[in-house]
Amino acid sequence: MEKRVVFNNKVLPYLLIAPQIIVTLVFFIWPASQALFQSMLIEDPFGISTQFVWFENFVDLFEDPDYLNSAKVTAVFSFSVAIAALACALYLAVQADRVIKGATTYRTLLIWPYAVAPAVAGVLFLFMFNPNLGLVVFSLRSLGYDWNHALNGPQAMSLVIVAAAWRQISYNFLFFLAGMQAIPKSLIEAAAIDGAKPARRFWTIVFPLLTPTTFFLLVMNIVYAFFDTFGIIHQVTEGGPAAATNIMVYKVFSDGFLGLDLGGSAAQSVVLMVIVISLTVVQFRYIERKVHY
Amino acid sequence: MVENRGWLLILTHVVLILGVGILAFPIWVAFVASTHELETLLIPPTPLLPGTEFFENYYKALTQGAKAVGAPVWQMMFNSLIMALGITFGKITISMLAAFAIVYFKFRFRMFFFWMIFITLMLPVEVRILPTYKVVSDLGMLDNYAGLTIPLIASATATFLFRQFFMTVPDELSEAARVDGAGPMRFFKDILFPMSRTNIAALFVILFIYGWNQYLWPLLITTDESMYTILIGINRMLAVGDSQAEWQIIMATTMLAMVPPVAVVVFMQKMFVQGMTETEK
Repeated sequence: MEKRVVFNNKVLPYLLIAPQIIVTLVFFIWPASQALFQSMLIEDPFGISTQFVWFENFVDLFEDPDYLNSAKVTAVFSFSVAIAALACALYLAVQADRVIKGATTYRTLLIWPYAVAPAVAGVLFLFMFNPNLGLVVFSLRSLGYDWNHALNGPQAMSLVIVAAAWRQISYNFLFFLAGMQAIPKSLIEAAAIDGAKPARRFWTIVFPLLTPTTFFLLVMNIVYAFFDTFGIIHQVTEGGPAAATNIMVYKVFSDGFLGLDLGGSAAQSVVLMVIVISLTVVQFRYIERKVHY
Repeated sequence: MVENRGWLLILTHVVLILGVGILAFPIWVAFVASTHELETLLIPPTPLLPGTEFFENYYKALTQGAKAVGAPVWQMMFNSLIMALGITFGKITISMLAAFAIVYFKFRFRMFFFWMIFITLMLPVEVRILPTYKVVSDLGMLDNYAGLTIPLIASATATFLFRQFFMTVPDELSEAARVDGAGPMRFFKDILFPMSRTNIAALFVILFIYGWNQYLWPLLITTDESMYTILIGINRMLAVGDSQAEWQIIMATTMLAMVPPVAVVVFMQKMFVQGMTETEK
């Protein structure tokens, strides 16, 4: 993958690439290496002396029940968001793929929630589920079910899952629909002639052919739930009640920025970095396979 | 499709309309709330049909904001707009230049730089909150537009996209340009840039939404109310402690925060879809 023809210039290429490299060095590489370094330091509360402690912060971290709880909460949250958003989107995409007239209208009507910021999605759901005046809470109460996500952990968790999945449905829908429209119609028609009913055609033909899309979306949804849902948690629950929704990204923020525990927060950052790197590797390996698909 | 008749088609439409309705319901509730007086909203159930205070609430939000925050919403929207456009233009410009250098020149450390840019993919703000904050505060970029935009403009995705596209541009074009005596920048300006227009447009849509919807970063670096972006403003309006949150203003602000990115998606749908599928490859 090389160009045959290249320009000859000694200085120009460096000048062209410089802005990107400077921003990368100053705001990405340098802070990240600081985080790596700080994760091996312990600072006294007044910031006067620091001590190099190798991996002690990490040992502390993995023995800390709060952190283990946060890891568990993150796992439950991400998988629930991914599964809920994927299932709803797949169902809607199957339906939209079936209509010929109006398919684009439905697409327009279904993809716009993607443009809504997670933080805004959080506020929308916060209002509907407000324990004092929320519309949904009122309906639930009249059915005899009490709702107060400010006190009840599982309810808080369900609320942030719903808010996070709501926005992600459109994203998944877009990719599922594109994936389905790429499946040759002749395959479906052949199966129909052989007498396969719609459900059977879906599970034996469409769904297997969508596997690459589904896998790609699964990774993207987990990345989204891990990192982009900070706004939802911050607006709706602030990690509460009693750390029931304290996902790892929120914990880094609250320990480091509000609690000022530098070493511990840096160690958490490093753990998150490892997670992003592994997810990125998974994503890129998979995409290589998609090329000769 | 194969079975496109009778009740199955009707059922399909019913399901789709239900899906659209459920997705749109939270927005409808927010819109209705933004057209009522606070007193109406405080007595459950909150109404399902719009009230009469539309102009009142939006006018008050835009010109005064909520009592809890000392900045009007028009100013927050202006800040969000500057941030979104700054990030968008910044990312497109520096990524295009970097991709141009990587594809059309041979120089030392070319691949090293390429991998360095690639690494930024793996370092979202969330994993380096404190040290990045420290760098920005040392550079005196807290509470200003430079701090809101510059730290976010490095982009591996955009660089890859342009690199990918430049690789497909026929070599004959650069050859011809060279034979005709055009220098590299002339070639970039007169040939490569015009050819990239659709890519730029698709990226613009995606990046505008990305920039407008930034939350964690402005939350960290803005403390001055006049520098709040609209999303931070909403958060501050909610943080009223024991006093009553002004829900009618908050919901009006929420609606205003959604309008620009949603409008971009709806009206530039073709570019949006193209951008989505291209940037995620």
